[in-house]
Amino acid sequence: MELHDVWFVLIAVLWTGYFFLEGFDFGIGVLTKLLARNRTEKRVLINTIGPVWDGNEVWLLSAGGATFAAFPEWYATLFSGFYLPLLLILVCLIVRGVAFEYRAKRPEEQWQRNWENAIFWTSLLPAFLWGVAFGNIVRGVKIDRDFEYVGNLWDLLNPYAILGGLVTLSLFTFHGAVFAALKTLGDIRERARKLALGLGLVTAVLALAFLLWTQADNGDGKSLVALVVAVVALVAAIGANQLGREGWAFALSGLTIVAAVAMLFLSLFPNVMPSSLNDEWSLTVTNASSSPYTLKIMTWCAVIATPVVMLYQGWTYWVFRKRIGTQHIAETVH
Amino acid sequence: MEMALAPETLARWQFGITTVYHFLFVPLTISLAALTAGLQTAWVRTENEKYLKATKFWGKLFLINIAMGVVTGIVQEFQFGMNWSDYSRFVGDVFGAPLAFEALIAFFFESTFIGLWIFGWDKLPKKIHLACIWMVSIGTILSAYFILAANSWMQHPVGYRINEQKGRAELTDFWLVLTQNTALAQAFHTLSAAFLTGGAFMVGIAAFHLVRKKHIPVMKTSLRLGLVTVVAGGMLTALSGDTLGKIMYEQQPMKMAAAEALWDGEAPAPFSVFAYGDVEAGHNKVAIEIPGLLSFLAKDDFTSYVPGINDVNKSEQERFGPGDYRPNIPVAYWGFRWMIGFGMTSFAIGLAGLWLTRKKFMLGKHLRVGDDEVPHVVLFKNKALGPTLTKWYWRIAILTLGFPLIANSWGWIFTEMGRQPWVVYGVLQTRDAVSPGVSQGEILTSMIVFTTLYAILAVIEVKLLVKYVKAGPPELTEADLNPPTKIGGDPKDADKPMAFSY
Repeated sequence: MELHDVWFVLIAVLWTGYFFLEGFDFGIGVLTKLLARNRTEKRVLINTIGPVWDGNEVWLLSAGGATFAAFPEWYATLFSGFYLPLLLILVCLIVRGVAFEYRAKRPEEQWQRNWENAIFWTSLLPAFLWGVAFGNIVRGVKIDRDFEYVGNLWDLLNPYAILGGLVTLSLFTFHGAVFAALKTLGDIRERARKLALGLGLVTAVLALAFLLWTQADNGDGKSLVALVVAVVALVAAIGANQLGREGWAFALSGLTIVAAVAMLFLSLFPNVMPSSLNDEWSLTVTNASSSPYTLKIMTWCAVIATPVVMLYQGWTYWVFRKRIGTQHIAETVH
Repeated sequence: MEMALAPETLARWQFGITTVYHFLFVPLTISLAALTAGLQTAWVRTENEKYLKATKFWGKLFLINIAMGVVTGIVQEFQFGMNWSDYSRFVGDVFGAPLAFEALIAFFFESTFIGLWIFGWDKLPKKIHLACIWMVSIGTILSAYFILAANSWMQHPVGYRINEQKGRAELTDFWLVLTQNTALAQAFHTLSAAFLTGGAFMVGIAAFHLVRKKHIPVMKTSLRLGLVTVVAGGMLTALSGDTLGKIMYEQQPMKMAAAEALWDGEAPAPFSVFAYGDVEAGHNKVAIEIPGLLSFLAKDDFTSYVPGINDVNKSEQERFGPGDYRPNIPVAYWGFRWMIGFGMTSFAIGLAGLWLTRKKFMLGKHLRVGDDEVPHVVLFKNKALGPTLTKWYWRIAILTLGFPLIANSWGWIFTEMGRQPWVVYGVLQTRDAVSPGVSQGEILTSMIVFTTLYAILAVIEVKLLVKYVKAGPPELTEADLNPPTKIGGDPKDADKPMAFSY
């Protein structure tokens, strides 16, 4: 395995980390409208991710930064090509971060409601748009001989990519509901489990369709294995949730995300961004990657830093391991 | 295409707007993290409640500020790819690495430990909680270092070779990129200016309360801490600025000639106090100068030759081919002056304040005050300033909180615009760096969206800061004074409301 292959795997790992972690906190954002019955319950949900959402989001920045360093051509084509959807994602992430931090800083109800609405929309939209983006990456887009994206916005909104968006949206919301059941106390915990069943079934249908479509278009033996793992994990997650095994359900919904992302990257390899115009113009791990020297330095950094990050982020989850109920929510303004 | 709306122009405006805006929050974040950590350390060591109150007060303002810093930073990471894809393709092999290091090492640190600190008051034992804010502080400084090393490479590219076949720059010596003198001097300069900024922020807000005779013990401590920070930060900013200036005379003589509106080389070269020039004709119409001083700033003696704008332009034409290699001279000239002027004014106010509000040294006994009294403003040993002058001193002290922010912004505008027409000095021009595939409409859209969003958020943020500044330090609760002894919180507190919740 050459270094650019290693980096293909590492980029996949960073995206997987991002979708696993921010997946449930996007889901929690969506659930503030689907699950919470009153504003205190909304706050219960928001506070389950309070201490961790910011660290979760850094997985995205790392994936972005690492793509820039390891595959500059990929970074350049992707972000200049998917310009407007990415702009929308950035706006969402900006507003979302501020919404969490500022919501409780004033007592006025309108102020707080505005930020609550913001949290819902800015969680829902990126959860959908990331699926659209990855759908398009895997499917291939109009890339010319200079590696420039020459399609337009409407080309990105094709049925396959939109289905991808619906899959990430429903999968993240399911993952969020399972997380909510694991992290809350009382009435909302029960309802989170009930809602997770419905969400899980919807996700199963959408994900199966999307993954089979992917397999049919771009799959091979390895991606088929990942597909099977994803589907089995999802079914098992739904089952564990029904049995009230919340920890298992969460681990399994997480595994579903891991396997699904793995499947996308497996069906992509050795391309990183295929061209739908001409196979010669596709960006691959070889023609899009940095020099071996840069990749070597980056490998040292990633191999040392990533496990350390996982350790201290893991420790954070352990510190805040207690479940949260309405009794833990104070009325005060901070 | 209309030059004013050409994608290159728009992309530059967008980069300027989003970066200057982002950098309003960055220096405050860096310095307030460390200052809050210092105050919390004082609390843990002395158990004096005023330090805990101060920690909570400044910590709150720090959090309101860092929220904006974090979210506006996301845009920075992605706009290279969005608006500057040819730049990204050309330099990614070199420039991407420090950015990735920044994310993997510094951002994770900051973002994870900030969560622990915000929510950890009732979940972590005192000392571990304290360690978290120090981790955040280390994260902010590391982050600054990596991004400044990346920027220094744009100012003075080292440790790379050009791969003609692939048409890009490739890294050959990462250690050199991280430790070249430009990077060291820029980091030194930027970090000391960050502390000048945070110190002035503290001085201004503490003065606001002291002049109203409110929250005196906490604000007096804050005032002194702020003043010491301003003086130390200001001194180091000047020192490192001098070093960086001398480096720039070596590496980018054009930038420094533009900063001085020195059209033709002179030996000895004068320092310009005021100039008004004709850019087309290439000379000044009005110039007030101090003879020899520029030679000293550039080369440490009063006689050396310093090349002028016209000379450097000519030599660059010989090196790089025909073209105009002059940046926007008035912006460079005035940006340089506003940077120094506002920064050093704030330093001078801090220095004066440190003397005027001293506790004991050279101070008559009757002018010394207790912990809960506002300090007298005293120039000579036995006489305080009169009421009018005292009032003016406090007013100026409040005003000074804005000065370093202005200085920082002009510093960046100067150093970035002074490098034009290059994006990577001597290697890649800005006009060759923009995304060829992104349309004018798209760039215009994103510029309007970001500018509008940032303007709205600025209003929200400033109002929130004002609210919490006015509210003053919070009263301490039982829970504040009895932190948990176990990680995760004490079992007896299991059903208590969270000390902090969103």
